[in-house]
Amino acid sequence: MVKKIIGKSYIWLILILMYLPVLVLIAFSFTESVNIGQWAGFSFNLFPRLFQSKEIMIALGNTVLIAVISAMVSTIIGTMGAIGAYYSKRRMRNALDLATQIPVVNAEIVVAFSLTVMFVFLGKIFKAMGGDSYIFSFWTLLIGHCCLSLPFVYISVKPKLQQMDPSLYEAALDLGASPTQALFKVIVPEIMPGVFSGFLLSITLSLDDFIVTAFTRGSGLLSGSKNIETLSTLVQAKIKKGPIPPEMRALTTILFLLVISAVIGITIYRHHQDKKANLAKRRVG
Amino acid sequence: MKSNKAKRFFTLQRKYLSIPYIVFLVLFIIVPIGIVLFYAFTYEYTDPVTGVKFISASGQAFLNFFTSWSKWNVLFVSLFIATLTTLICLLIGFPLAYFLADKKVNKNVVLVTLFIAPMWINFVLRTGATRDLLTWMGINGGNHPYIATLIGMVQNYLPFVILPLYTTMLKLDKSQIEAARDLGANPAQVFTKNILPQAFPGIVSACLMTFMPTMSSYVISDVLSEGKITLFGNYIELEFTNKAWHDGSFMALVMLVFIGLTMLISQKSSKEGKKEGGSW
Repeated sequence: MVKKIIGKSYIWLILILMYLPVLVLIAFSFTESVNIGQWAGFSFNLFPRLFQSKEIMIALGNTVLIAVISAMVSTIIGTMGAIGAYYSKRRMRNALDLATQIPVVNAEIVVAFSLTVMFVFLGKIFKAMGGDSYIFSFWTLLIGHCCLSLPFVYISVKPKLQQMDPSLYEAALDLGASPTQALFKVIVPEIMPGVFSGFLLSITLSLDDFIVTAFTRGSGLLSGSKNIETLSTLVQAKIKKGPIPPEMRALTTILFLLVISAVIGITIYRHHQDKKANLAKRRVG
Repeated sequence: MKSNKAKRFFTLQRKYLSIPYIVFLVLFIIVPIGIVLFYAFTYEYTDPVTGVKFISASGQAFLNFFTSWSKWNVLFVSLFIATLTTLICLLIGFPLAYFLADKKVNKNVVLVTLFIAPMWINFVLRTGATRDLLTWMGINGGNHPYIATLIGMVQNYLPFVILPLYTTMLKLDKSQIEAARDLGANPAQVFTKNILPQAFPGIVSACLMTFMPTMSSYVISDVLSEGKITLFGNYIELEFTNKAWHDGSFMALVMLVFIGLTMLISQKSSKEGKKEGGSW
């Protein structure tokens, strides 16, 4: 009993401490003061101000665009890579598994720095050939984000391939499916959960990234001829100069609500799955 | 015969699906590391007569690193902050994971998700929030850079410690613990001789998830110490801003050596863990 009380209060204490900075920002998203800690009367004004801030909206748009595009590219290349590796000779497969581990264990700053050094080096070569020496653009940023997420797609698809029943594919061929049909109608549906979690992971990694973005970005997307600004780089530029801008407190509130609804959604989904599994078990029993 | 041939042709084709992946890995992961190695052991000089810049093989970056007091300082401070962060995270996270996995204390899986959920709010925004709150409380980079940085690091890396520890705690063999108790072990002995060895694989992966990322972090130390604490990540970023590619590459190489070392340690411990029935 004592253990239960101590345990429960400890869990909740740490949980509150972890959420405290975000909760304080949320509380102060309903007042228009410049700093947190000063209450300037209750108002919802920060929310319309957030949506009127062109700077933040552009950064948000860029963040979402780059996350979706890089996740799609990574998911396609990574899934193909995992399928190809699964049907390759053992040595090749082991080599690919090992190479996949490099970016996973590598520090983000080393990934970003080495890519940048290579782009600078390539620029020098282009200049020697009479081209432009500055090659940083949306494309270099896209490559950077794919470097982050690609290995994780491979890692999440691989176990699904191993769990798959290999005779299914053979059966499809025997029943007259062409190899391409068998690939899309048998293998792809079987590994879909892995592909999907790889895609979600890619999006999360891209949304949260700062270092790779700051190193590899150039001009493009919604920022036009200026350097691409994502939420991370914009917030970083702002908080280097002063406190978090008031509009971003409203943004935090919205992000927090999204996260909480996602948690609730996941919980309901899990509950539903558990119920289904229980039912199935009872039927078999 | 014909279908057999078609099948054989396609097994070749399926294998070829990984070509874009291989090309990407080689071009954007392996070649850049190669270029970093190349830059680390070369240096840019200006010819004193003609004034032409040229790159030549040289141990200059190596010398610059090992003879510079400020770079040694960066190394020591990074190791110090990373060790402290890992220890504090373990001290907070270990009992937390234990309670979370104990059915008598907590039956709610949602709580575990809640500990991971902050990771979905933008990380730079969270760091800024921590800094603003600490400033409000009177702890800022100006007066307490180390305390502020440590709080920020622990806040950020705690979920990475909780997750692996929680998964190992779920697998704790309860009957072993009870047996130890029945055989007369006191609570301290049960903890050191039974729970700790059982949770060891989780502890190792928790350390890996915090130590290297802390050493190489940039935003947290930069924002929370107001630029007063320079970690490895901050120094590499500085070399990037100064376009000091050769010195920066050598720093990156040192970082890679550290990463390689931790990988070796983790592989060794995971092999030992497998003998005892699996790791995280």
